Amino acid sequence: MINLSEIFQILPLLIIGAGILLSLVLEMYSKQSEKVLPWISVFLFIIAGIYSLFSINETRMIVFHNMLSVGGNTHVFYFIFNIGAALVCLLSIDYIKKYGTYYGEYYILVQSSVLGMMLMAGAKDLLVIFMGLEIMSVSFYVLAGLNRKRLSANEASLKYFLLGAFATGFVVYGIALIYGSAQTTSLEVITAKFSALSTNLLFIVGVLLFLVGFSFKIAAFPFHMWVPDVYQGSPTTIAGLFSTGGKAAAFSSIIITLIAIFSNSAQNVFAPYLAVIATLSMLFGSIVAIAQDNIKRMLAYSSISHAGYLTIGLAAGNQDGVAGIIFYLAAYTFMNLGAFGIVAMIEGEAESNLTISSYAGLSSRKPLLAAMLALFMFSLAGIPPFAGFFGKYYVFIAAIKSDLTWLAIVGVFSSAISVYFYLRIVVLMYFKELSSELTLFESKTGLIAVIISSILVILLGIFPGSILQLITNFM
Amino acid sequence: MLEQYLPVFIVLGIAIVFGVATVLSSIIFGPQRPTTEKLSTYESGMKPVGTTKERVSIKYYLIAMLFIIFDLEVIFVYPWAVQFKKLFHEFGISVFISMFIFLVIFEIGYLYVYKKGGFKWD
Amino acid sequence: MTEFIYLTIILPLAGFLINGIFGRKIKNACPDSIGEKVIGWIGSGVIGISFLIALFSFFETLSLPADNRQTIVNLFNWIVVGGLNVSFSYQVDQLSLVMAMIVTGVGFIIHVYSIGYMHGDKGFWRFFSYMNLFIFAMMNLVLGDNFLVLFLGWEGVGLCSYLLIGFWYDRKFEKGTTADAAKKAFIVNRIGDFGFLLGMFLIYLTFGSLNFNEVFSRAESFNIDESVFNLIALFLFIGATGKSAQIPLFVWLPDAMAGPTPVSALIHAATMVTAGVYMVARCSILFASAPAIMTVVAVIGLLTALFAATIGLVQNDIKKVLAYSTISQLGYMFLACGVGAFSAGIFHLMTHAFFKALLFLGAGSVIHAMHEEQDIQNYGGLKKYLPHTALTFLVAAFAISGIPPLSGFFSKDEILWYSFANGSFVFWLIGVLTALLTAFYMFRLYFLTFEGKYRFSSEKHPHESPKIMTVPLMVLAGLSIIGGFIGIPEIFSGEHGNQFHNWLAPIFKSAERKLITYGSHSHFEEILLMVVSVIGAAGSIYFARYIYTQKSSIAVQISKRFSKGYNLLWNKYFVDEVYDATVVNPILNTSDSFLWKIADNKIIDGVVNSTASIIDVVSQKIRKVQTGVAQFYAVVMMLGIVLALFWIIFGR
Repeated sequence: MINLSEIFQILPLLIIGAGILLSLVLEMYSKQSEKVLPWISVFLFIIAGIYSLFSINETRMIVFHNMLSVGGNTHVFYFIFNIGAALVCLLSIDYIKKYGTYYGEYYILVQSSVLGMMLMAGAKDLLVIFMGLEIMSVSFYVLAGLNRKRLSANEASLKYFLLGAFATGFVVYGIALIYGSAQTTSLEVITAKFSALSTNLLFIVGVLLFLVGFSFKIAAFPFHMWVPDVYQGSPTTIAGLFSTGGKAAAFSSIIITLIAIFSNSAQNVFAPYLAVIATLSMLFGSIVAIAQDNIKRMLAYSSISHAGYLTIGLAAGNQDGVAGIIFYLAAYTFMNLGAFGIVAMIEGEAESNLTISSYAGLSSRKPLLAAMLALFMFSLAGIPPFAGFFGKYYVFIAAIKSDLTWLAIVGVFSSAISVYFYLRIVVLMYFKELSSELTLFESKTGLIAVIISSILVILLGIFPGSILQLITNFM
Repeated sequence: MLEQYLPVFIVLGIAIVFGVATVLSSIIFGPQRPTTEKLSTYESGMKPVGTTKERVSIKYYLIAMLFIIFDLEVIFVYPWAVQFKKLFHEFGISVFISMFIFLVIFEIGYLYVYKKGGFKWD
Repeated sequence: MTEFIYLTIILPLAGFLINGIFGRKIKNACPDSIGEKVIGWIGSGVIGISFLIALFSFFETLSLPADNRQTIVNLFNWIVVGGLNVSFSYQVDQLSLVMAMIVTGVGFIIHVYSIGYMHGDKGFWRFFSYMNLFIFAMMNLVLGDNFLVLFLGWEGVGLCSYLLIGFWYDRKFEKGTTADAAKKAFIVNRIGDFGFLLGMFLIYLTFGSLNFNEVFSRAESFNIDESVFNLIALFLFIGATGKSAQIPLFVWLPDAMAGPTPVSALIHAATMVTAGVYMVARCSILFASAPAIMTVVAVIGLLTALFAATIGLVQNDIKKVLAYSTISQLGYMFLACGVGAFSAGIFHLMTHAFFKALLFLGAGSVIHAMHEEQDIQNYGGLKKYLPHTALTFLVAAFAISGIPPLSGFFSKDEILWYSFANGSFVFWLIGVLTALLTAFYMFRLYFLTFEGKYRFSSEKHPHESPKIMTVPLMVLAGLSIIGGFIGIPEIFSGEHGNQFHNWLAPIFKSAERKLITYGSHSHFEEILLMVVSVIGAAGSIYFARYIYTQKSSIAVQISKRFSKGYNLLWNKYFVDEVYDATVVNPILNTSDSFLWKIADNKIIDGVVNSTASIIDVVSQKIRKVQTGVAQFYAVVMMLGIVLALFWIIFGR
């Protein structure tokens, strides 16, 4: 039943799994858990992330009776999740102190959500995807409302849970229909039979419902309604995790499910659906973000529009599209976490300092933070030579190759709109007078996390070619 | 495609017809002589007191939920135990180790709930 | 060592980062001038190591067979999407090695000199970090194996030049501030860059690549109309005129003297301004395929040489004279390229780097001694106080005047000979005339500064510069003396005796095949022309000596008799004023009255603002959809699913 050699193939999963158990025991028996747990989590995430990065080249194989895949892009995703989560933990240390309500479960749940994400990215079976999805989602529901004395957190958690359960229902329904039509849940088999199955209405409807469920997780229009409310109510650091890790995990699942389409062995029957979703998400996100006063809500709408750009890569349905998505996800994870991190650092007690106007004149108070926030905003807006630009560029190029030039044009148009609200913050920081009542908190660990993100964003902007090649090599 | 499901529809039809028919036949053929005694909720029990919509303590749900979780997980152990000898022949000691790991994880969860006071009523 | 060539690029970058980030801290942490020493030696050390690496690579390349001396060092792929495939890779070959050694070698000497020159400046660390950044950009420019990396370096050196011209941003310079001079340099360079960019686009359109090897091999094999080549070469040359200060874009270089003198030596004499020459030589095959533009290059080079030399005759600012001299010498290099003698152009580029850097550093030493006084009319007799500076300056002046056997003689004479052999007698005549003028104004400068009577006030006490400044002068003087021997013309050294030419020959092989090579000229002709130019130069020197040490009244009389001509030269042919009147002011006026007030404010802003406000209104309306009611959210989701299902099921 257990093959020991297979066990070592899934070392990143084991590290995090064992980490969860260790953290649980510590949380039970130690009074010092608040001091110890964050660092243990950061340590484990970094170990798992670095290990994944360096084992990309190892033989790619499928282990545990066709359940999990190892190596290649799976490990690229593992890297994104783990490093992202490590940054979240670093940011959380002082954020939690600021709110004064510490629950040991915080870090344990972050770890378990990452375990879920990793299962989703490594799955080779629909049921494993579902299992990963549930581990991640349930952790997320609790994390959203962890600060249980705050009404807004309760609201966020409940809304997320209700709508999330609703969406999960569709995923399960989709899996059931796929199983019904393909007589298997193994993705290997489904991929092999994909083009034959594409004529089967039941199969198409099944995949569509599956996609709908994940459209909810990636926050695409019209399944995005939860996003602003949940991001606003949840702890800012956790909102950062939702928007990056959660989104990346959902995309990884969609990619591995539809891999037949991307490797050109099946026709992209979902292209129109995905193109429409992409268009609506981009435009809706960009346009509505303009009207937001709360920076977390603004970032939420920005997250919706980025889901749109990413979906362009799915609609393109070719290898370039997938490589573009993975690159974009890496870039987006680090720039968005950076932005959320700075928001978390500026945020005061009791959800103060969250309006956009509280960023006025930040450059004179906190030049380093302001410069880095400006960098993240430039990158999010897709201004070269930062990582965000190349992410969009690759995805658009993929769309043009698939004769979806109009979609790329809509994407460029939407990016142009988005420049307005991203740069508004930069303008406020650099060209407006200081808002005097702003009290700022120091956070050394948070600063480290943000600096790491900004370095990664710059690196991805300088070496996009090499990194894209790394990704395409392992398709 | 749909013809594959014909037996299902037939069963469904029979079930509906049977259910409706029995209820209807009892209404049509049965004698009906209602009295106050007969119409009360509990014909031969205690008199109902207060409202039916009473709130149950949250702790009840907590324990109920915990019960369901652990109960469901124990189900995994049954087929394993039944088939243990056969599996042991086939795969050796790893059969034992894998269930052992499962139970350890399980126990840590149990301990956690216990330590956090999940089973305390007060 | 060749495969580590990227270290020569990364090391200066590291120096820039170290000094840029920690420079202020180092300075504050160390007592007295030790901090300055640390910063200075970090800055110089990285360049020195880079030079050693370049030198080793040179010897390694030398040991390879002559036709196989190109090594591509691929660092990483930069942009790999669509048809465009650009990688960060460096091309080590004969040409780039020569350039790399000049840049790092001369750069190292000037860095060391700057430790003394910038002593006590409040922006000491800033200076060294900018200088290192410059070397980083310049090395990208000369080593890049494709046009995009070259362009990156091209823009990078422009930026550093801007930063360093305006280095003393709080000082006055002529009519404005140093910032104005920096701005002028930047804007004029942008015009050239625009041409270069257009050329690059055209190259990509025509050849489908930006990689040197691919473009150049396709330029030979593809059947492309000559007019396309003409256009490409013309655009590239416009870029070169901007960077290398040729007519009509030379106006920024004299103003660039607002920067510290080592900057003038390194950037505005020895290296950056020669980037245009390097680029033309690198693209020799493209230029060779466009004979009409070759003529344009030669004529522009020649005119610039003469034009700048005449202005140099009357200027009184020591650095201004040297600046015009630089423009003039760059003209020579373009003349060489224009007549197809690319290796002669590069040879002159190298010797010029030695003696012009020496002249500037010597001038810096004088300015240093005279407490920032730059007017040569207020110098005189400084030889007594500055013996080392005077001697090395004299060597450089002889070298630039083309007196044998100093380096300038070999390189300048080779150019003059090719301008006669491949060009025409008129080219040669103007070339020689310029050479005579050069000898004259250089020695005017020398005699007015170092010989004759003192003309400075007695409050000034000139003193020789410290060793850290004079040793670099001596090293450069040595190079100026012996630098020419690697390129002794064949007439003296026999068939294939010109080592420098042999070294570069494989690079220009394909270009030379396309060009009509020299007609039959006898050795007698060559020697005759050589003798004429040398005698002429010697005569000019003697004439200058006569006027400026014995009969100084002659100079005054000449300037009075030809007051109109003198005025014209003194005011630099009024080029700045003409540009102001014909280009700058009209643009300013239109931009102010029309573009800004009407086109920008009314039309563009109107369109942009109304679009923005429409989107704003739409946004405000749509945000109301977000009611906060979870049931409504679920309904929206349900609607989406139903629509998608209908579409998929009935749309098939």
